[in-house]
Amino acid sequence: MPLVFLQSVEVEYLRRGKALGPLSLTIEPGEVLALVGPSGCGKSTALRLLAGLESPTRGNLQRTMAKGETGVVFQAPTLAPWLTAQANVALPLELSGIPKDTASTQAREALTRVGLAGAELARPAQLSGGMAMRASLARALVTNPHLLLLDEPFAALDEITRRSLADDVLKMWAQTKPAIVFVTHNVEEAVYMADRVVVLTKGPGRIAGEIAVPGTLPRPAGFRTTAGFRDAAEAVSALLAKGSEASL
Amino acid sequence: MNRIVDALAPLALIAALLGIWEAACRLTGVPAYFLPAPSAVAKALAADPWPLIQASWNTLSVALLALIIASVTAQATALLVALSPVLERAIRPLASTLQVTPVVAIAPLVIIWAGIDHAERAVVALAVLVAFFPIFSGAVTGLKSADPDLERLFDLYGASRWQKVMRLRLPSAVPFLLEGHKVGAGLAISGAVVAEFAAGSGGVRGLAWRILDAGNKLQTARMIAALVVLGLMGVALHAALDRLERVGLAWWRGR
Repeated sequence: MPLVFLQSVEVEYLRRGKALGPLSLTIEPGEVLALVGPSGCGKSTALRLLAGLESPTRGNLQRTMAKGETGVVFQAPTLAPWLTAQANVALPLELSGIPKDTASTQAREALTRVGLAGAELARPAQLSGGMAMRASLARALVTNPHLLLLDEPFAALDEITRRSLADDVLKMWAQTKPAIVFVTHNVEEAVYMADRVVVLTKGPGRIAGEIAVPGTLPRPAGFRTTAGFRDAAEAVSALLAKGSEASL
Repeated sequence: MNRIVDALAPLALIAALLGIWEAACRLTGVPAYFLPAPSAVAKALAADPWPLIQASWNTLSVALLALIIASVTAQATALLVALSPVLERAIRPLASTLQVTPVVAIAPLVIIWAGIDHAERAVVALAVLVAFFPIFSGAVTGLKSADPDLERLFDLYGASRWQKVMRLRLPSAVPFLLEGHKVGAGLAISGAVVAEFAAGSGGVRGLAWRILDAGNKLQTARMIAALVVLGLMGVALHAALDRLERVGLAWWRGR
């Protein structure tokens, strides 16, 4: 059974007009899907739909998850500055009524999983950009979600940090196999991390096409030099270029 | 070196101005009831310091009491407003109307309500009135300043409205609350002084009463002495609160 099922879904805002759609998409358990599209194509809107934070104006949207089974990582780390890293990560658990000490233990484990052991008591202001993003990732993973949504999570980081984070995300995915949907406008990143890349047209975003990426997840060393990677990246770029022109 | 110069510059200016003032008084022989020399003011300060200290404390304690009452009521009201958008729309125009009405204009009414025998109550109430608004509007703004993505995260995990207020919006408001209290404390002092003036010389024996009393007797040196103490008190309070704000912010931010 799919985790999320979207059928001819459209989102329209009162002032800005149509932002997305019509869009049909299904998210299967355990898959890693990248949503790629030009700026302003409604990628973030799509992510909010998938998270259940927004309802479609028209169309059919079904989510088969309970509360707390979705994790989100935003473009910025979005940590509460007044809380320690550990308290930030424990927050989702505490909000769903898990006792404080259990939540703290699980938060420490989640921080260790993302490589932040030892930084439990640091405040967000004391963390580097990459570390803060890892803490944000730990917060999204701490509830062991079935669906993990990433909204351009590495956009503000340097190339070396984003590459190592991409590998780390895939390694963590291999442990519990949540479905991952992440939004990006970086073609290479999309092809590297996802086994399915969905390309959106310019706004209001519709599906310009879909590319299946060959190969296993997590990626073996040197994956970026393989023919499969390069062909997929070329195909995604071509779809993006086509979708950015006039309406299909 | 530069820091020493920076620290000495304002003192040097004050010394220079006092020197000019003193020299001008001595050279022109202007009568003391019109403009006493700084030395005469200093004498008035030193001759009878105790009543002046007592009067300062009266004013300061009224201001601090007013600040505490204003702090509690302003934050409680702001919380109610934050919980209910309808309530906010209802309260806003009333609050702004009260805020733009000068406290001097409201004072006589409040003094009548407090009763002639309880002028001190009127003074506290008026100081509360002026200290209320910076704290209230700081709290309202602060309660709305939470990161929208954090707010989405709270929605995602099914946080209740109460949890959102206590665990997100209130902590997000801390910098605004600190600023509001700093401004509110300064206003509480001037509010107390203005209210003392309105209550007249029979009422509360604070610094304003000292100024009025000395003025009525044409003891200009005593008037200026009370003004100097009022100024010093304001500066000290502002410096203390500024420091408190910085320490509070560093604690909130974690560095």
